[in-house]
Amino acid sequence: MDLNTLLLVLDSTVRLATPLLLACLAGLYSERAGIFDIGLEGKMLMAAFFSAAVAFVTGSAWLGLLAGIASSMVLSAIHGLASITFRGNQLISGVAINFLAAGMTVVVAQSWFKQGGRTPSLQGDARFNPIDLPLAETLSGIPLLGPIYHELLSGHTVLVYIAFAAVPFTWWLLFRTRFGLRLRAVGENPESVDTAGVSVIGLRFAAVAIAGILCGIAGAYLGTALQAGFVKDMTAGRGFIALAALIFAKWRPWYALSATLLFGLLQAIAVRFQNIDLGGFVIPVQFMEALPYILTVVILAGFVGKAIPPRAGGEPYVKER
Amino acid sequence: MEKMPRWADAVLVPLFSLVLAAILSAVVILAIGESPVKAFKLMVDGALMRSAGWGYTLYYATNFMFTGLAVAVAFHARMFNIGGEGQAMLGGLGVALVCLYIPWPHWTLALIGATVGGALFGAAWALIPAYLQAKRGSHIVITTIMFNYIAFSVLNYLLVNVLIAKGSMDPATPKFPEPTHLPTFQDMFSTETTTLFKSAPANVSFFLAILACIFVWLLIWRTRLGFEIRSFGHSETAANYAGISGVKITIIAMLISGALAGLMAVNTTQGEAERLVLNSTEGAGFIGIAVALMGRNHPVGVFIAALLFGFLYQGGAELAFWTSIPRELIVVIQALVILFTGALDNMVRMPLERLFLALHKKEPN
Amino acid sequence: MSRAQVTEPAIELKGISKAFGPVQANKDISIRVMPGTIHGIIGENGAGKSTLMSILYGFYKADKGEIFINGNHTVIPDSQAAIAAGIGMVFQHFKLVQNFTVLENIILGAEDGKFLKPSLAKARKTLIELEQEYGLEVDPDAVVEEIGVGQQQRVEILKALYREAQILILDEPTGVLTPAEAAQLFRILARLKEEGKTIILITHKLREIMDITDTVSVMRRGEMTATVKTSDTSPEELAELMVGRKVLLRVDKAPANPGVEVLSVENLRVTDEAGVERLKGVSLNVRAGEILGIAGVSGNGQSELLEVLGGMCSGTGSIRINGQEIDLTGKFSDGQSRRARGIAHVPEDRQREGLIMDFHAWENMIFGYHHDDEYQSNRFLMDNSGITRLAQEKMERFDVRPPNPRLTAKSFSGGNQQKIVLAREIERNPDLLLVGQPTRGVDIGAIEFIHQQIIALRDAGKAILLVSVELDEIMSMSDRIAVMFDGLIMGERLPSETDEKELGLLMAGINGEAA
Repeated sequence: MDLNTLLLVLDSTVRLATPLLLACLAGLYSERAGIFDIGLEGKMLMAAFFSAAVAFVTGSAWLGLLAGIASSMVLSAIHGLASITFRGNQLISGVAINFLAAGMTVVVAQSWFKQGGRTPSLQGDARFNPIDLPLAETLSGIPLLGPIYHELLSGHTVLVYIAFAAVPFTWWLLFRTRFGLRLRAVGENPESVDTAGVSVIGLRFAAVAIAGILCGIAGAYLGTALQAGFVKDMTAGRGFIALAALIFAKWRPWYALSATLLFGLLQAIAVRFQNIDLGGFVIPVQFMEALPYILTVVILAGFVGKAIPPRAGGEPYVKER
Repeated sequence: MEKMPRWADAVLVPLFSLVLAAILSAVVILAIGESPVKAFKLMVDGALMRSAGWGYTLYYATNFMFTGLAVAVAFHARMFNIGGEGQAMLGGLGVALVCLYIPWPHWTLALIGATVGGALFGAAWALIPAYLQAKRGSHIVITTIMFNYIAFSVLNYLLVNVLIAKGSMDPATPKFPEPTHLPTFQDMFSTETTTLFKSAPANVSFFLAILACIFVWLLIWRTRLGFEIRSFGHSETAANYAGISGVKITIIAMLISGALAGLMAVNTTQGEAERLVLNSTEGAGFIGIAVALMGRNHPVGVFIAALLFGFLYQGGAELAFWTSIPRELIVVIQALVILFTGALDNMVRMPLERLFLALHKKEPN
Repeated sequence: MSRAQVTEPAIELKGISKAFGPVQANKDISIRVMPGTIHGIIGENGAGKSTLMSILYGFYKADKGEIFINGNHTVIPDSQAAIAAGIGMVFQHFKLVQNFTVLENIILGAEDGKFLKPSLAKARKTLIELEQEYGLEVDPDAVVEEIGVGQQQRVEILKALYREAQILILDEPTGVLTPAEAAQLFRILARLKEEGKTIILITHKLREIMDITDTVSVMRRGEMTATVKTSDTSPEELAELMVGRKVLLRVDKAPANPGVEVLSVENLRVTDEAGVERLKGVSLNVRAGEILGIAGVSGNGQSELLEVLGGMCSGTGSIRINGQEIDLTGKFSDGQSRRARGIAHVPEDRQREGLIMDFHAWENMIFGYHHDDEYQSNRFLMDNSGITRLAQEKMERFDVRPPNPRLTAKSFSGGNQQKIVLAREIERNPDLLLVGQPTRGVDIGAIEFIHQQIIALRDAGKAILLVSVELDEIMSMSDRIAVMFDGLIMGERLPSETDEKELGLLMAGINGEAA
């Protein structure tokens, strides 16, 4: 494999990892606060459609982004209502949200655009376009480092840089601020927060809202940056891979980056090479596709280091007995 | 004391949820510029007014009965099996292998063989998540979701590389041999003068689904195993007191659940397609969640809810054919039913409970 | 710190009442605690002590009553308000975040500004001061789950002090401590008192009250029965006040006629999931035709004794039933095989263990015995209508009201629920009956009936092991009495040769003979 092929694969790793990373961080906020979220998929899908639709109508990718975030947050609000206010089953709520998004996006897309449940192709400013980092062209002649800078680091859309910047920001927010301390505490032991005089409900809604924003950005990236418009079920299980990455990352932001890059790489390899021939032994592409899920099961089974979720995860907080 | 009678909780809560889902769906239909009344009429016409429509409705209902029962049995042991989709896919593989590689003399024997094959493969696919839950505490919801995706990859690999028909580009097995073909409702109920259920996919496995409903009913409410499953599902501490092994119940309940999901393939793979195709499940594994929630995990409820969703599916297809409303509207309804019966059930229940409390107070004690 | 304030009580509660559903946890409670004193609140588990203090801390809302802090009427709707009023609380079950450091736990909810660094720096400084002032040594950077319970408790105290609490409530603080740790805690409390803090100590241990408090209030069944100066009272008097001189229920019973040994327990040990040893080598025996009563304040190993005998948990040592050894590892034996060996079990917590509340009465009537062929109509199916019929007969014999086997367990009153459990266990004609808290939450009318049934079983020549925290029940039912304290049998007495005072002292871990 030459350098160019390698760079191409890594470049597509970055592109494919971006939505995973954003969704994974969304899940991280929510689950760190004790709210299971298997509705990441649905929120991304909803955002992908509304961002693409609004971007097409207004011609502005940024307005699309806002619409995507708003639609994702509506689903977050439903999830919060069900799992925080009405103390319902968080898993069932997540499942419902996934189907709601899968259905609504196509119904509305068909009604608005009549193209079989997709949006028209986005062009120009309706899409997030690649940004060339300073001097990318000039430096591309330098051996090794030049191409890396030009091909790998430069030339992504602004959302990619936002996603990668979200990692240190999340780390900082969780581990260096009052809000983060309380957020982590409420997912571990809500009673400790309650007896310290801080609202459990408020913190949990805040976490669910942040998850909505991040899923919104992830969806907008899919619909207006990675691809030029929305197609039916375009998230294609990314929400669940993000969930897998979250477990893989043991609910930590930097690990989340590594996990999503790994899963992005697996996807990139599967896209680029199809079947991998290892001198007579062929790894089928389907195995590469399934690898993130297999890895997650192995992690969950506790064979490779135990993944301990936040202790209060999934449990509605009930104070009075 | 109970705040409201049992029958009200079992009947009114799902009914009320359905009404809420229907109202919201009507709003969606209005919002996209169609008439809800007209849409409903179209659905009824297409799904219920002709025998061919019924043939489709009952075909879909058959799938949903199997997957709904699968989710329900797991729910009785307080487990949320989202893996019905993957278990049904593997069930399809079992059915296909049985139909392709065993020379059956007659469809009745092939049906028995396929039933065993589908159930075994479905159960096997549920075994690993069940074992990991019981022994290592790995959350069954996450593992079954992962196993859905793994199932798709396994099937994709086998269909593309191993089982594919010679000279075909389509990832599917060859057509099953003639003796394995199941009689359709058209074969069974048409007379010489009238053709009923014309070219509809409903077939004899509908009756297998009814048998499965009866089986689950007997299992859950009439056997020691069912007693233990329900006990464990209601209270783990009490089950421990009674000497009921949580590990055993977790694994057995999931095996039964997986087997039921796998049985769906008899209907789709042997009964309808007569070969194994990649997307034979078409999300029926997930609709089982809505069916089980709405049917309150009772076989009678599951039967009714499956018929309802069968109607919605067939009606939805008609809608998509005659109007600009796409089939996915049904997915929206499905989502709303899951939301109201499974996650926002407290919201639905509260006003009903208040109503009953008010009625109760009026009566002199 | 002068003038009239000196005479104002630091805390005054007036007429506090609180109910959880039908359970009245606190009934019209009034209390005054003077500043700079240690005030003890003593009572049995379930007497309402913790509820009262949770109300003071704003964790629960009182249904009625008023709170005065330093003479000022104070409304405490939430914990924030309690903290603002200078109240700190150390709960029985610590409210710590297990994977946070000590320092992070201390600042949680009391941070200075939005960023952690300055908060942590300030807390570290304050912590050093507090450490020096009160001798509360703890590593600020240790992760809570990695330090011992004694240290964790100090973190809770430091949390309160960091919030500048003037009033400190400790709920059963020594329950999880070793004697050495407890002694250290009391030294710290004494220092706090010297510095002018007011301390409320909730406990059921008499010795602690005598050792450290200035005044003491006694609670029983949700009511405050007495408040006295500690120096004016004695452990004997407190034991009596605490356990209560209830109207002795008359139990008609002939003298026991003990036969062969049915149950023999030797050096039985049980360790719970948290790794705490709950039974520390219990030995006892029960003969046919007698009732062995186990007295003790709850939480001293009685529950674990019943559980291990009933096959609900594993243990080490030896249990023999009719001379035959029982497997204690849990591998070859569980609740089912215990029943097959003739051990019936009326568990302490009928709602969580003995019954499935959503099951019908007829289903509950075979719960645990559902494998019996008697209940099958053929090899595969259970005989539901036959079971229902049998259940109705048993319900009628045991005076369950209404005797309708098709009602769910939760629709019966506590007494009738207990009768269902008793009917199920007694009608199986066991060799040994384990009974835990047979009359807890049971109406007066049903108590007598339940007692009669147990006596009748004894007179039929069965062995009975009775665990109860109600001393009068133990006194009137038992043929022999063993007292448990801290996972051990403190002593055995004959009911005719002992009294409540002596038993009360044994229950508090004070061996009268040694003193």
